[in-house]
Amino acid sequence: MNIEPWLKSNTFHHSMFWNNLALLEQKEKKDQTVSLCIPTLNEEKTIGKEIVIFKSELMDRYPLIDEIAVIDSGSTDNTLEVAESFGADVYLSSDILPEEGEKKGKGENLWKAIYQLKGDIICYVDADIKNVHPRFAYGLIAPLLYHDQIKYVKAFYDRPLVVSGNIRVSGGGRVTEILMRPLFSLFFPELTAIVQPLSGEYAVRRNVLDKLPFPIGYGVETSHILDVYHRWGLEAFGQTDLDQRVHRNQTTAALGKMSFGILQSFLNRVERNGMLEKLPDLSHIHRQFQFRNNQYEQTTSKIIEEERPPMITIPAYREKFGLEKN
Amino acid sequence: MPNTKSVKSLLEKIPGYQKKLLSLREIILANAVMIGEHQAETFNESDRIDFLSDRFTECGLLNISIDEVGNAIAILPGKNKDKNILVAAHADTVFKKTVDHTVMVEPNFIIGPGIADNSLGLSILGVLPVILEKLDIQFTSNIIFLGTVQSLGRGELKGIRFFLDNFNKPIDSAICVEGVHLGRLSYKSLGMLRGEITCHATRESEWDDFDSKGIIPDLIKIISEISRIPIPEKPKTSIILGSVEAGTSYNTAPLSSNLRFEIRSEKDKMVREIQKRIEEIVDDAAIATGSKIVFDIIARISPGGLNDNHPLVINTKHLMRSLGIDSKITPSVGLLSALINKGIPGITLGLTKGSNLHELNESIKIDPIFKGLAQLIGIMQLADLEN
Repeated sequence: MNIEPWLKSNTFHHSMFWNNLALLEQKEKKDQTVSLCIPTLNEEKTIGKEIVIFKSELMDRYPLIDEIAVIDSGSTDNTLEVAESFGADVYLSSDILPEEGEKKGKGENLWKAIYQLKGDIICYVDADIKNVHPRFAYGLIAPLLYHDQIKYVKAFYDRPLVVSGNIRVSGGGRVTEILMRPLFSLFFPELTAIVQPLSGEYAVRRNVLDKLPFPIGYGVETSHILDVYHRWGLEAFGQTDLDQRVHRNQTTAALGKMSFGILQSFLNRVERNGMLEKLPDLSHIHRQFQFRNNQYEQTTSKIIEEERPPMITIPAYREKFGLEKN
Repeated sequence: MPNTKSVKSLLEKIPGYQKKLLSLREIILANAVMIGEHQAETFNESDRIDFLSDRFTECGLLNISIDEVGNAIAILPGKNKDKNILVAAHADTVFKKTVDHTVMVEPNFIIGPGIADNSLGLSILGVLPVILEKLDIQFTSNIIFLGTVQSLGRGELKGIRFFLDNFNKPIDSAICVEGVHLGRLSYKSLGMLRGEITCHATRESEWDDFDSKGIIPDLIKIISEISRIPIPEKPKTSIILGSVEAGTSYNTAPLSSNLRFEIRSEKDKMVREIQKRIEEIVDDAAIATGSKIVFDIIARISPGGLNDNHPLVINTKHLMRSLGIDSKITPSVGLLSALINKGIPGITLGLTKGSNLHELNESIKIDPIFKGLAQLIGIMQLADLEN
């Protein structure tokens, strides 16, 4: 199990990369180009601020990003007009690779971005971040510039659920805690090291992205993690703490739909990897996170779901109630 | 004597800045958004000041510091080290720490608490050095950038007063920057008194007097009497009733109530006369009601300022005309009054149009900002010529 050393070497905090000038020098040294992709569908309320902040801080002041592109699923509001007015390149997903047809879903935009954008690194950032800050991009791009072995960097956020002294339980979203972490704990224990596998912000090398299949709906993040893990192992991942992220809250019903999509992608991977016919020994260890003394660490709980047989098979029961043998 | 040929040549050049400024639009707007999202209630401006100070560092300014009271200061050195122009903006806003300070950007508006007063004004200090470099503008004078704390309400202009008392270089002229309104020109300070009247019930609880109406009626009587004070047309005078607070529920008579107000007048004598009349009203009310009524003076400013024919005033008016800005002369009770008290020639300007001032949906228009900035830079250059 590589979890603890991986947490130490591949988990970052955005403040480690605050020096944008140094980051820019590293980018030039590594001769990399970077594209920022924002997938959208009716995001006119938040997209303007995102473009203004990223363009000002990471293109005009420190040209860490070479292009900012909005790839839209067919917004009916002014998302594209607003984004374009502040200097983003805007594309309708349906206009990219038209010969491949058109599918509706965030994953479709992310997939077509690989074709449309030029960067060696593509950083995906959702459009609904209320407290957007340059760290949401540079915090993810930086580990790829400083660590050649890292191919895929996920964001995670400070969502303190319980605080007691200097120990804090660090939780993911509801779907992560209820669905993803138990699934990973059972089938892929190493992947539980990724604090928030479903976060919508991540930066990836092109030469990884162009080898991945893309579910177009809710399962895209899950499938990426499983596919990258299957091919390159845990060491290909990095993750960065971006502190707080404020965004709109989803209803339980919406999270139910999301879970259904994720489960499809998950089971597809399990089947494709031949695990359905030959299930591995299922783990009894459930893995969560806590933050102690400025370090992330896993907490484990042994959960063994023992079973009792039907009462009717118990001799004492049969005798007491005068049931015939067999 | 002003070098009129140089002034004329400058006035012709300044309107052309607007186009170049447009190419810096996202840098200008992003700074306003990021400053605006750092809450800065008076006495709690340190987050915002730290951000501004970091910006000064990124811009390569010199002598960057945060002083004892919390002001952020930086210097853009000029060719003549003996001359100094101060460009100042207040950092604090009227919004409490608990208010959601998220800022929204729409195609032609930025919306958020305090964005007009004074996040935009302050943010410009952090981006001006970048703009000046882009426009290839150098100054003979040193430019002193100052973000001040404790300017509003009970802050009593403590930040700028501290700076002026302790800064070790003479200030030759000063420009105070406010987010709104473009066209505002202040070069005189009004006489001003900010006061609070607090009524305290002498009863312990509502059960002492079942029919008690609490302390609100006492304050209403005082407000009613203040409203009857005759206000002259000359000198221009006003009494602003700014805030009333009392009670927390429907069914509990409050034990205290509070009124905040401001007296403004072109003449100090008139401010003092009205103050005396309000003191009499408070004394009479205390006797009539049996309540404890306290009158506190929170801040006081003496009137003064530049003459209409001061070169800074004349040049500013010329510049506004050449930019097509309709100037509106308004007296100030803000940072400018502290400068005036020290005998420093100064003006206050606004940068853009705005609305819903001091509401949660306070907003500024984006397009006029570029004209407002051209105006500010132009006035800095004109002041530099006068030095």
